[in-house]
Amino acid sequence: MGIDSQSHLRRLENESIHIIREVAAEFDNPVMLYSIGKDSAVMLHLALKAFYPSKPPFPLLHVDTTWKFQEMITFRDYTVDKYGLDLIVHTNEEGVKNNINPFDHGSSNYTHIMKTEALKEALTQYKFDAAFGGARRDEEKSRAKERVFSFRSASHGWDPKNQRPELWSLYNGRIAKGESIRAFPLSNWTELDIWQYILAEGIEIVPLYFSAKRPVVERDGTLLMLDDDRFRLEPGEKVEQRDVRFRTLGCYPLTGAVESTADTLEDIVSEMLIARTSERSGRLIDHDSSGSMEKKKREGYF
Amino acid sequence: MNKIAPVAEAFDLSTYINSQESKSFLRFLTCGSVDDGKSTLIGRLLYDTKLIFEDQLAALEKDSRKHGTVADEIDLALLVDGLEAEREQGITIDVAYRFFSTEKRKFIVADTPGHEQYTRNMATGASTADLAILLVDARNGLLTQTRRHAFIASLLGVRHVVLAVNKIDLVDYDQKRFEEIKAEFESFSSGFDFNTSEVIPLSARFGDNVTTSSEKLSWFNGPTLLEHLENVELGEEHSEAAFRFPVQWVNRPNLDFRGYSGTVRGGSVNVGDEVVVAQSGKTSRVEKIVTMDGDQVRADDGQSVTLTLTDEIDISRGDVLAPAHSRPDVSDQFAAHLIWMSENAMLPGRPYLLKCGTKTIGASVTEIKHKVDVNTFDHHAAKQLALNEIAFCNLALSEAIAFDPYEANRDTGSFILIDRMTNETVAAGLIWFGLRRATNVHRQALDVNKKARGGLKGQKPAVLWFTGLSGSGKSTIANAVEQKLLSLGRHTYLLDGDNVRHGLNKDLGFTDADRVENIRRVAETSRLFVDAGLITLVSFISPFKAERQLARDLLDTDEFFEIFVDTTLEECEARDPKGLYAKARKGEISNFTGIDSAYEAPEAPELHLKTAGRTVEALADEIVDRLLKDGYIGSDNTWVI
Ligand SMILES: Nc1nc2c(ncn2[C@@H]2O[C@H](COP(=O)(O)OP(=O)(O)OP(=O)(O)O)[C@@H](O)[C@H]2O)c(=O)[nH]1
Ligand SMILES: [Mg+2]
Repeated sequence: MGIDSQSHLRRLENESIHIIREVAAEFDNPVMLYSIGKDSAVMLHLALKAFYPSKPPFPLLHVDTTWKFQEMITFRDYTVDKYGLDLIVHTNEEGVKNNINPFDHGSSNYTHIMKTEALKEALTQYKFDAAFGGARRDEEKSRAKERVFSFRSASHGWDPKNQRPELWSLYNGRIAKGESIRAFPLSNWTELDIWQYILAEGIEIVPLYFSAKRPVVERDGTLLMLDDDRFRLEPGEKVEQRDVRFRTLGCYPLTGAVESTADTLEDIVSEMLIARTSERSGRLIDHDSSGSMEKKKREGYF
Repeated sequence: MNKIAPVAEAFDLSTYINSQESKSFLRFLTCGSVDDGKSTLIGRLLYDTKLIFEDQLAALEKDSRKHGTVADEIDLALLVDGLEAEREQGITIDVAYRFFSTEKRKFIVADTPGHEQYTRNMATGASTADLAILLVDARNGLLTQTRRHAFIASLLGVRHVVLAVNKIDLVDYDQKRFEEIKAEFESFSSGFDFNTSEVIPLSARFGDNVTTSSEKLSWFNGPTLLEHLENVELGEEHSEAAFRFPVQWVNRPNLDFRGYSGTVRGGSVNVGDEVVVAQSGKTSRVEKIVTMDGDQVRADDGQSVTLTLTDEIDISRGDVLAPAHSRPDVSDQFAAHLIWMSENAMLPGRPYLLKCGTKTIGASVTEIKHKVDVNTFDHHAAKQLALNEIAFCNLALSEAIAFDPYEANRDTGSFILIDRMTNETVAAGLIWFGLRRATNVHRQALDVNKKARGGLKGQKPAVLWFTGLSGSGKSTIANAVEQKLLSLGRHTYLLDGDNVRHGLNKDLGFTDADRVENIRRVAETSRLFVDAGLITLVSFISPFKAERQLARDLLDTDEFFEIFVDTTLEECEARDPKGLYAKARKGEISNFTGIDSAYEAPEAPELHLKTAGRTVEALADEIVDRLLKDGYIGSDNTWVI
């Protein structure tokens, strides 16, 4: 399915490519956060386009919490191999040593240690001065407020009340040593745009997005998949095989599946059109309190 | 890896997608005075166009009970006021971007703050908008902030405006009140250059005339707000503009390929077209237009592509490619409107960074022609600009750049100014015209002097004069300080025995007269380095007060920073790193400071460093901290790299 050169998706594509190139041109040591999900898939595709026929002049960074779906890891390695990219995998070893896990430590604690802390650790260790993230403004209300070049202090904090004005397509990439920016090339995309673009461009994504019979348990109204034998069942819970898929991917014990039989991209987009809940509702981390995403971002979460 | 869909299903979907893709597109913002209902209106639009998902609605109901401003109903503003501080204070602080679409159009809307303090965030939202919804509270009519926003929107090239007379419910849907406000607005806005201007009564809170017309406003014959947004004719932007291509990145995967990556900003280009590098005047032809989806024969406005040329000419990031017959202006001076966005005032002559397109260079304002009063639009003389003030200025740049008037091209005619010390974006600028040398009279504010040179490095040039006994640690500490300053991105130079005694001063011995001459030359040399804008470290025993005073007198106040490295003679003699004390004691060297020549300790040094029991690291840190505190270099989080 071709897209016309002045269409909405092309406009978004052109804007994102412009942003990705600005970061590559203005920073010494950028990195692209690669979370393996659909937004990362689109962001990577855009990066490949931005520098073609060169390869993207930066590595990918995957923060591995050790609790990702196995299929995500397989897909990650397949993709990196296919395009011949540099991949850095970083895990909070301290957290692993202390056996930090989503069951014993609660979703918010666990996420803080294995994701936020691990990410900060990696950014500091490799001295990255810019990091691309695939966040979109339509995901969440504090993200709707965030700049494309989002400034971070030396301790990776975000100060939402004091953002640099960002006019036209002029991004201010000046930082002092130790400071950094997060760059969000997909800021103006919506979830539907992402799916339509994946469809139009034939972008490969993790099979978990497509419906299949998978072992799940229902817990507090959320369907959780048993991806390996580390999953702890609570008394009375029983495992069922159901037709489910994921709208968003993260750590398997924290990511809710939706019941669906959509097993093609076309079906997924059609399903999207009648969806009545937003995609982040599948992520347990956002439910804690209404300011929770902003708080996490201020602490350095992506 | 993806499965193939059954044909019948794909067919419906593709019709749908085509219809989506062919929709036109409108970017607009809501603006106006504080509390006039901007966020509520966006919330209403999202809500009525069914863009709010069930879980978001549940969260909104919960939030409304906690933070809501409207008793027991849902507070639609909370859909857009996403920051904690905004919810607590019930105001918008920063711009929120939201997306929605109808059968006819796709929309990106920027909800901007009304509060005067956050005017720059309104300007951020307006810079990319085609249309502005200017809200007023029907009870209050036009306020100062309404006028300011109308002015900024018009200045930034927003060509379509809607005056939304909101809270019409609070004036009992009164037609007379509406007509009054309408008349006032029409007389006020006639001075602006809007292509379309519509006045619409509505109630954001209750939904009257937002997406559906209302019984209560039956006297109103115009469209609902949404109808107007869906149907307003925008006209093609940039369609007649000349081709402009600011080079972002030189694409060199291997020796056989050299491409220039960038986004077309205006016009279009075809393979075979002659192009010129605006700044250098070198010309070539477009050989290929490369994309990952295959080569193209043509690239249009807005497209991000990579061009290759038929000739090898020197092109780098910041250069602008243009048609040879329709070149942009190239100059190192121009006249522009500035919207000042920093709490630190703008002062003519102060060096800033300017980013225009993909080029970042040094710049300063040479003259404020006039400041604009946002209430009356009168022009006033001004010596400086404060937060949110708007002025027409002349700027001078450190080198010539390519640009167009903002009116002709929003992308190549706009720029931002960045503070060199704090890295803040301090101003938005809109270029009117270039100033050629012939027409340019004033350059005095851009005099190249030590302040300007130091400003280039983000530092206040000065001499750090280390004095103390031989072996007291002067050079070791000075070296450590220089290391630290370098890692902070500072430009320094160290003058000490090693590089001065062996060259410039190799004709001098150690008699008192030669010592004086030695210090005089060092002082003069350090003065030149300070004039060159550097932080100059001088490490000499310099035992005599008089010579140190001479050095001090050569420099301006604040430029001479005397550091007394205070180590006792016993300690120095015990260390004796070069074995000099031993020799002096044996009488093999004469006139040795501390042994047979006096050391006159400073009485009031800028810094008295007692070294006993402290590490070099700690001593160096103490000096760097003082430099930060005294403003010689920017503070921790404000240094320049
Ligand atoms: N009665 C009535 N109240 C309204 C209407 N529109 C907004 N309000 C109320 O006015 C108050 C301020 O609304 P907001 O939407 O937060 O105003 P704003 O213009 O976004 O304010 P800032 O962004 O802080 O400048 C809220 O209590 C709204 O419920 C309306 O049409 N009628
Ligand atoms: Mg508001």
